[in-house]
Amino acid sequence: MTTDIQTLLLGKLSLEAIPYHEPILVGTFAAVALGGLALLALLTKYRLWGYLWREWFTSIDHKKIGVMYIVMGIVFLLRGFADAVMMRAQQSMAFGDNMGFLPPHHYDQVFTAHGVIMIFFVAMPLVTGFMNYVVPLQIGARDVAFPFLNNFSFWMTASGGTLVMISLFIGEFAKTGWLAYPPLSGIQFSPDVGVDYYIWSLQIAGVGTLLSGVNLIATIVKMRAPGMTMMKMPVFTWTALCTNVLIVAAFPVLTAVLAMLSMDRYVGTNFFTNDLGGNAMMYVNLIWIWGHPEVYILVLPVFGIFSEVVSTFSGKRLFGYASMVYATVVITILSYLVWLHHFFTMGSGASVNSFFGISTMIISIPTGAKIFNWLFTMYRGRIKFEVPMLWTVGFMVTFVIGGMTGVLLAVPPADFVLHNSLFLIAHFHNVIIGGVLFGLFAGINFWFPKAFGFKLDPFWGKVSFWCWQIGFFFAFMPLYVLGLMGVTRRMSHFDDPSLQVWFIIAAFGALLIAAGIGAFIVQIGYSIWKRKELADVSGDPWGGRTLEWSTSSPPPDYNFAFTPRVYDNDAWHDMKSAGFQRPTGGFVDIHMPKNTGAGIILAGIAGVMGFAMIWHMWLIAGVSFASLILGAIVHTFNYNRDYYIKVDQVTRTEEARTAQLAQLA
Amino acid sequence: MLALTALLAGCNTVVLNPSGDVAAQQGHLVVVATWLMLLIVVPVILLALLFAWRYRASNTKATYKPEWDHSTQLELVIWAAPLLIIIALGALTWITTHTLDPYRPLDRIGEKRPVSKDVKPLVIEAVALDWKWLFIYPEQGIALVNEVAAPVDRPIQFKITASGVMNSFYIPALAGQIYAMPAMETKLHAVINEPGVFDGFSANYSGAGFSDMRFKFHGLSDADFGAWVAKVKDANQKLDREGYLALEKPSHKDAVRYYGSVAPDLYGAILNRCVAPGAMCVDQMMAKDHATAMGEDDANCTPEEAKRRASVRALLQAKQQVSRTE
Repeated sequence: MTTDIQTLLLGKLSLEAIPYHEPILVGTFAAVALGGLALLALLTKYRLWGYLWREWFTSIDHKKIGVMYIVMGIVFLLRGFADAVMMRAQQSMAFGDNMGFLPPHHYDQVFTAHGVIMIFFVAMPLVTGFMNYVVPLQIGARDVAFPFLNNFSFWMTASGGTLVMISLFIGEFAKTGWLAYPPLSGIQFSPDVGVDYYIWSLQIAGVGTLLSGVNLIATIVKMRAPGMTMMKMPVFTWTALCTNVLIVAAFPVLTAVLAMLSMDRYVGTNFFTNDLGGNAMMYVNLIWIWGHPEVYILVLPVFGIFSEVVSTFSGKRLFGYASMVYATVVITILSYLVWLHHFFTMGSGASVNSFFGISTMIISIPTGAKIFNWLFTMYRGRIKFEVPMLWTVGFMVTFVIGGMTGVLLAVPPADFVLHNSLFLIAHFHNVIIGGVLFGLFAGINFWFPKAFGFKLDPFWGKVSFWCWQIGFFFAFMPLYVLGLMGVTRRMSHFDDPSLQVWFIIAAFGALLIAAGIGAFIVQIGYSIWKRKELADVSGDPWGGRTLEWSTSSPPPDYNFAFTPRVYDNDAWHDMKSAGFQRPTGGFVDIHMPKNTGAGIILAGIAGVMGFAMIWHMWLIAGVSFASLILGAIVHTFNYNRDYYIKVDQVTRTEEARTAQLAQLA
Repeated sequence: MLALTALLAGCNTVVLNPSGDVAAQQGHLVVVATWLMLLIVVPVILLALLFAWRYRASNTKATYKPEWDHSTQLELVIWAAPLLIIIALGALTWITTHTLDPYRPLDRIGEKRPVSKDVKPLVIEAVALDWKWLFIYPEQGIALVNEVAAPVDRPIQFKITASGVMNSFYIPALAGQIYAMPAMETKLHAVINEPGVFDGFSANYSGAGFSDMRFKFHGLSDADFGAWVAKVKDANQKLDREGYLALEKPSHKDAVRYYGSVAPDLYGAILNRCVAPGAMCVDQMMAKDHATAMGEDDANCTPEEAKRRASVRALLQAKQQVSRTE
């Protein structure tokens, strides 16, 4: 009887699920617990709970949600990088009789978690955070189209990420690789909860991603300032639009394929099993039909960031705006026609393989055009080498190498000898670090003064850049070489001692990157400390060209007291050169959405439901699912959703700004 | 770049210096494609560094044109240059993907060494098990675990499948890899041109024992190959169906094992997932499904429809016979 109740309430969960026999995990848990307790104590001591809840957690302000996304991405970067360091350490020591410090059981979880975290919970939140923060400001809007949905999306993403973190201390994570190919991820070969953690964390976070995609598309299509035609949108907004179109078209495929996998695991269907007509090849196709556009979801907004940075710091209009836009749209479309290049080796015919190989190469044409456009934006400019520009030049030099090895892998017979090798690993880190990550750091350094009113310290920014740049070459060039030596990925132990030196060089590179991350943390801490000296009162510290630089730093809640009118794609640059005068009177009430706790509460319930599903706690899962639906319905009856910022408050804010600017002059 | 090339030549880059003709062509393709792309990548890197230096803010002597943002000629070049490279590379891709299709029987064993029509390839059936490789030689009637061999300069046809999860069959010195998947067969045609012992392994992560899922591939002279077959035959072990079911169970770091004889059509049974007694083979099941779908019972349909069904059934039957004789 007691066991029945126990099963009903706790499902498969028991004390055995706690990995207290793994010293690494116990140590990590102790550190996380102590750090967490210290943080909680500090928050309580300084009475910050109410502030956090009112001003941040329940906020529907796109700027605050954007910042929360970026903070989340940085926190997860630390976790994902800790996994990377463990892999580099293991591979640099596990030769011959030395088995290293990670048994396969642990190592296989580490590389799976590394991939999942870096893509879904580092790159995605950072990219989404930038789009959230910057897009409404760039198009002269007061918020996104659906502000509550935006808050809900963020918390769903955070909820999915929390499940991944929980898997560290309760149960285990998947041991399948980041895309969890069946049959290995099926119930027969992975009976543990690891794959279930994988499925539910991605399903919950996926809801957030999809809804934020819908939200940003609606925002960009419907809420642009008067005069901003499609071909006058800033390039970052263009790339954000294309990325969100990709998200809305691609993420449902991921949801569907993971739903089918979970049905195989939970109710015994046979979509991807070996028997009864199941076919794992279908999963591999479907997951890459999502997975390849996903790569462009990450990189397109970053191309947008580079475009803004290059033209701002070169003090020059972006070269070839129209061809930049066309290139972005072409990449968006083509990204759906290349998925098969991830598995040329699955036995497709030569004509099918050539089709997908050549379609992949064609993507390098618009991408190449983009690179040239940035080059010719620098040409005859006056380039200021502030930190964002350093990251951009570093990107141009690094990314083209990754692009080249990518096109090489798109030649099917070449792929046959390099597929799944460390050459492939080097390639995609080359484009994801050298492209996406460099762009995100450029973006952080570029827009930080807008968000907080002071610049980031340039010295530590440069230290961070050089450590990353040099560390990247040390960490990944050896992997290219190892790939050519026929060394495959995901190995936890090697026999051939002659390979070891390359892994040691790579591990050294990882240490340099660690220093780069450390310098970045120091940069933030030091800048907060020196915020008076680094303060930017103008709101336009770099000589910006787009509308976000026309506001104060940080911008007021309502962004713009009057919706600007746009005549040029460098709208703010155009306004400045036309002698724009800030309006100082005639303000009116501003209609704004109200904060709500519904997002965090619903996402919390979704997280509980995910956890309950993972551990087969059917009762809790059922109850939480019902309350999720009920909560969503109840929330729709909340009509008290908006308020007016009264004209006297707007006037006060704007007059303070006028005084601030007068002081500057 | 030169330094990198020198560095690569100095170490054992098996992908670029393999011992089999197929891998050699693939390695050569890697080099050609890289040179082709360097034509555009090197200028881009140099221009990026040059422009960054030349137009630095402190260099006030350099021209500054803040409003210049368009040039039709330049944009034509920008789009045309990568386009031309991709046209060349695309043509190369189309041709080599077809000539190096792993399913295509070899027509050469080396440069200017065509395969004569009467040469039959050596058939080797490879099965990826958790976590070891089983090789069956249907002509010789032998089987091995974690060792495989072939005579130098004789075309080989691998037929590849797996027992439970996906793996990838890869001998870098011999030829590119291809996935090994349960209930499915992939094929690989290759030839080894030099005697020697080469590494083979699974190149697709398959679980806890993946790192040790390695074997040796021996390239042997004809005489040595004959002796090797005899040596395997001398091992009086027989691989029957029960033996296979025991072997199939997950295990790590398996030693090499020789089987002097193999149960008839064991490979077919593995491929069709019917080694265990009483299991229905996938191909039989599919044939049955086809028949059911086509409707065994024609009594209720029009004569035209019955005729159509009969012709479809005949076609299916003929097809099955063809696939069996293959």
